[in-house]
Amino acid sequence: MEMPKPDAAILAQKSQIVARLQAVLPDGAVISDVAEVKAYECDALSAYRCPPLCAVLPADTGEVSAVLKICHDMGVPVVPRGSGTSLAGGALPTADSVILGVARMNDVLEVDYDNRFIRVQSGRTNLSVTGAVEEDGFFYAPDPSSQLACAIAGNIAMNSGGAHCLKYGVTTNNLLGVTLVLMDGEVVEIGGAHLDASGLDLLGLICGSEGQLGVVTEATLKILPKPEGARPVLIGFDSNEVAGACVSDIIKAGVLPVAIEFMDRPCIEATEAFAHPGYPKCEALLIVEVEGSDAEIDFQLGRIMEIAAKHNPVELRESKSEEESAKIWLGRKSAFGAMGQINDYMCLDGTIPVSELPYVLRRIGELSQEYGLGVGNVFHAGDGNMHPLILYDANKPGDLELAERFGADVLRLCVEVGGCLTGEHGVGIEKRDLMVDQFTQADIEAQLRVKDVFDPKWLLNPAKVFPLGATKERRAG
Amino acid sequence: MLKPVDEKELGEAIAGVTGPLRIVGGGTRGVVCAGDVLSTAGMKGITLYDPGSLTLVARAGTPLAEIKAALASEGQRLPFEPMDHRGLLGSGGVPTIGGVVAANVSGPRRVQAGACRDSLIGVRFVDGRGEVLKSGGRVMKNVTGYDLVKLLAGSYGTLGVLTEVSFKVLPDVETAACVVLHGLDDRQAVAAMARALGSPFEVTGAAHEGGRTLLRIEGFANSVAYRAGRLRDLLGGFGEVEVLDDPAQVAAMWQDVRDVAPFHRREGDVWRISVKPTDAPDMVAGLGAEAVVYDWGGGLVWALMAKGTDLRARMGDVRGHAALVRGDGFARFHPEPAGLARISAGIKAQFDPRGILNAGVMSGGNTES
Ligand SMILES: Cc1cc2nc3c(=O)[nH]c(=O)nc-3n(C[C@H](O)[C@H](O)[C@H](O)COP(=O)(O)OP(=O)(O)OC[C@H]3O[C@@H](n4cnc5c(N)ncnc54)[C@H](O)[C@@H]3O)c2cc1C
Ligand SMILES: Cc1cc2nc3c(=O)[nH]c(=O)nc-3n(C[C@H](O)[C@H](O)[C@H](O)COP(=O)(O)OP(=O)(O)OC[C@H]3O[C@@H](n4cnc5c(N)ncnc54)[C@H](O)[C@@H]3O)c2cc1C
Repeated sequence: MEMPKPDAAILAQKSQIVARLQAVLPDGAVISDVAEVKAYECDALSAYRCPPLCAVLPADTGEVSAVLKICHDMGVPVVPRGSGTSLAGGALPTADSVILGVARMNDVLEVDYDNRFIRVQSGRTNLSVTGAVEEDGFFYAPDPSSQLACAIAGNIAMNSGGAHCLKYGVTTNNLLGVTLVLMDGEVVEIGGAHLDASGLDLLGLICGSEGQLGVVTEATLKILPKPEGARPVLIGFDSNEVAGACVSDIIKAGVLPVAIEFMDRPCIEATEAFAHPGYPKCEALLIVEVEGSDAEIDFQLGRIMEIAAKHNPVELRESKSEEESAKIWLGRKSAFGAMGQINDYMCLDGTIPVSELPYVLRRIGELSQEYGLGVGNVFHAGDGNMHPLILYDANKPGDLELAERFGADVLRLCVEVGGCLTGEHGVGIEKRDLMVDQFTQADIEAQLRVKDVFDPKWLLNPAKVFPLGATKERRAG
Repeated sequence: MLKPVDEKELGEAIAGVTGPLRIVGGGTRGVVCAGDVLSTAGMKGITLYDPGSLTLVARAGTPLAEIKAALASEGQRLPFEPMDHRGLLGSGGVPTIGGVVAANVSGPRRVQAGACRDSLIGVRFVDGRGEVLKSGGRVMKNVTGYDLVKLLAGSYGTLGVLTEVSFKVLPDVETAACVVLHGLDDRQAVAAMARALGSPFEVTGAAHEGGRTLLRIEGFANSVAYRAGRLRDLLGGFGEVEVLDDPAQVAAMWQDVRDVAPFHRREGDVWRISVKPTDAPDMVAGLGAEAVVYDWGGGLVWALMAKGTDLRARMGDVRGHAALVRGDGFARFHPEPAGLARISAGIKAQFDPRGILNAGVMSGGNTES
């Protein structure tokens, strides 16, 4: 993956830049030591690394604004960073950039149960947002699997999803307001505890903008009352097609599960070997979870099992207790780890129309044969967000590149059937060059013009999202 | 009048015009701005409906009624419950789906299912340069590129003319019930609604008007009965609780809330105010309104004011915004803080550099009288 050449003039000015940053931040908040900045050289797309010029760890909006003013003034690129769990290389630095990390900004600023929101600093981790309200019976709905580590800042930048978004939506549907610092240091408040915007929906635009329009320092998030209970049913099938058809039928029947998770044979076998959840030996497996009181759950699961029965499942296992639920979820939750035991893997994130599931799974199988690389599928079937895991060997020369080409073919396939390149992980550097497969030149140009409004000098996370060729002139200033 | 039949023709038309355009969908409430009429009525029809994927795609000029009928035939619905403005505004015309998106119209279910923009998963549009553009698509999880879908929703035709819109739809419900509290004052009502919305019983509407506080529950019959019972217990401390479970009656009550029926055929200006719910009662006390309807648990206040009253001047320092929906003499949209106004103007200038699309509509434009 190509990155722009660092600007020699900026590299030469390192000590002046560091000195100016130190002057506006407390001791220890500027990290410039060559060994120490290595901690910021990559995110979870760890095949790509580059230590930044320096990293700063401001403690509040005022400090973020001061940092950005200086960088703006000196023409230094800035890469915002939450917890560095991006799978798309969104937080990857360049050698001439300043990493602006929000990890020290993790306070809860306000909790309001009557109006059902929480206001936090953006560095707070996803899980600890729920942690702040769960004793009182509330939770924050978007739940990426990385929720223990990832920050709200990164969630907003990537518009992250989770297992429960079929019912609760993704980050953008649960975000009420942000404090945003623009590249020139100006602080703006967008949204808040009231709903909708009086003018253009800038909040909706900021969410998912991958750190390219401004730095989010505070966020107002919707919190929801916890459901009375939740339980899944596990359904096994002897073909992917039938499992796919069953998903559509469940959705059509009027039951709205909170989650419909799908695993194919390679994943089932890997997790069985790794975590022993006692899954049936079959081609495809669905985990369908519903919420409510005990009686409501029984009723909904009953409906789902009725539908499933029509598709001749090889296994139909209704959870009756917390232990049984945990066992059903155990395999799904350890699927990534299990695949990781077999080999290195690359996790894709394309979305497809649910009705195309059988066709796309078949094509992925064929591509796997052609490339000679194994692949397992485990994903959110209710919303068509696929996560094919392509297995490769990082130590084998050329294998990563082969996996990347395979991945690109799969993502093009997703676009071809009416879907998209990324459902929740973001474009980052990883899918930058594939943007032309989903968008026309004019579509891309319209997006670049939006960035022009927020960041005319193109200093904020400039080498991401769009093909480098398309942004070259703008980045040159 | 321009009446293109597809986006290509529309693109050429916009690129070719020299003067301003006024975009009209169903015209159930035409906007007052200068310019030739550009009607979307030539671009209509549902282009894709896949019930098993919960997705519907339609051209912008499609009548809302046609979309509702198609969904109903498969037992599905638009989650956000768009209102019908004709009663409130005393207007005619046929509301279009493009108009609903352009105005981000969302009804009582917004508290639970989100706004129009939350169900909107893709748009195609032609900007003020005449470029045919798209954002999003037909899948419900999509973070590829900037979310111009949200930007276009609620942009009132100032950034582009929508040609096609895609939605995530939801299953319709088996039945609905309404839990009713009587005689609460505004503050008690907002407290009762907060209690209900903060419960796990999935209230899909919370309104207060004319001395009645209404809480709607929807779903399978057994579950609606169960949750209505639990809410009755939960709210016992607020006074006598009544449960209405005739679905037709419940539907009619909520249609009245949605369309602000209490203001129909009444004189005066109509304002629509969005605030933090618990701020609403004090703010309302200072308005001197002739009537109010609280929706969204108090987060949305419809206020009927004597003609020509500057409601915004009476809001105090409460955070939120007020739109003038019926009446004139004031900017229709609440003025934005300077920073946001500058960004919005910058975006407008990028999408419509000649300033020809619905000029002035969002920046201080007036409503039709
Ligand atoms: C094991 C694993 C499982 C995962 N599961 C999921 C999942 O289920 N669903 C899902 O959606 N994602 C998932 N992810 C991806 C990742 O966790 C999310 O993208 C997450 O939101 C990133 O958050 P972060 O704080 O780590 O952000 P980072 O990686 O630090 O940054 C991500 C992006 O946000 C920008 N950014 C960071 N802070 C700011 C700020 N303050 N202002 C503006 N921009 C900012 C960065 O510049 C970058 O572009 C997973 C990742 C891993 C490693
Ligand atoms: C003055 C006014 C006040 C309103 N107030 C509210 C309100 O307070 N709450 C609420 O929920 N709804 C409001 N609406 C929304 C509106 O009344 C209707 O609910 C909805 O727009 C019906 O569609 P229509 O086709 O009749 O729209 P029209 O009346 O034709 O158009 C409504 C708006 O959308 C624009 N528009 C229509 N079609 C397109 C398109 N394809 N592409 C781009 N722009 C388009 C129009 O230029 C106009 O600005 C308001 C609309 C107007 C004009």
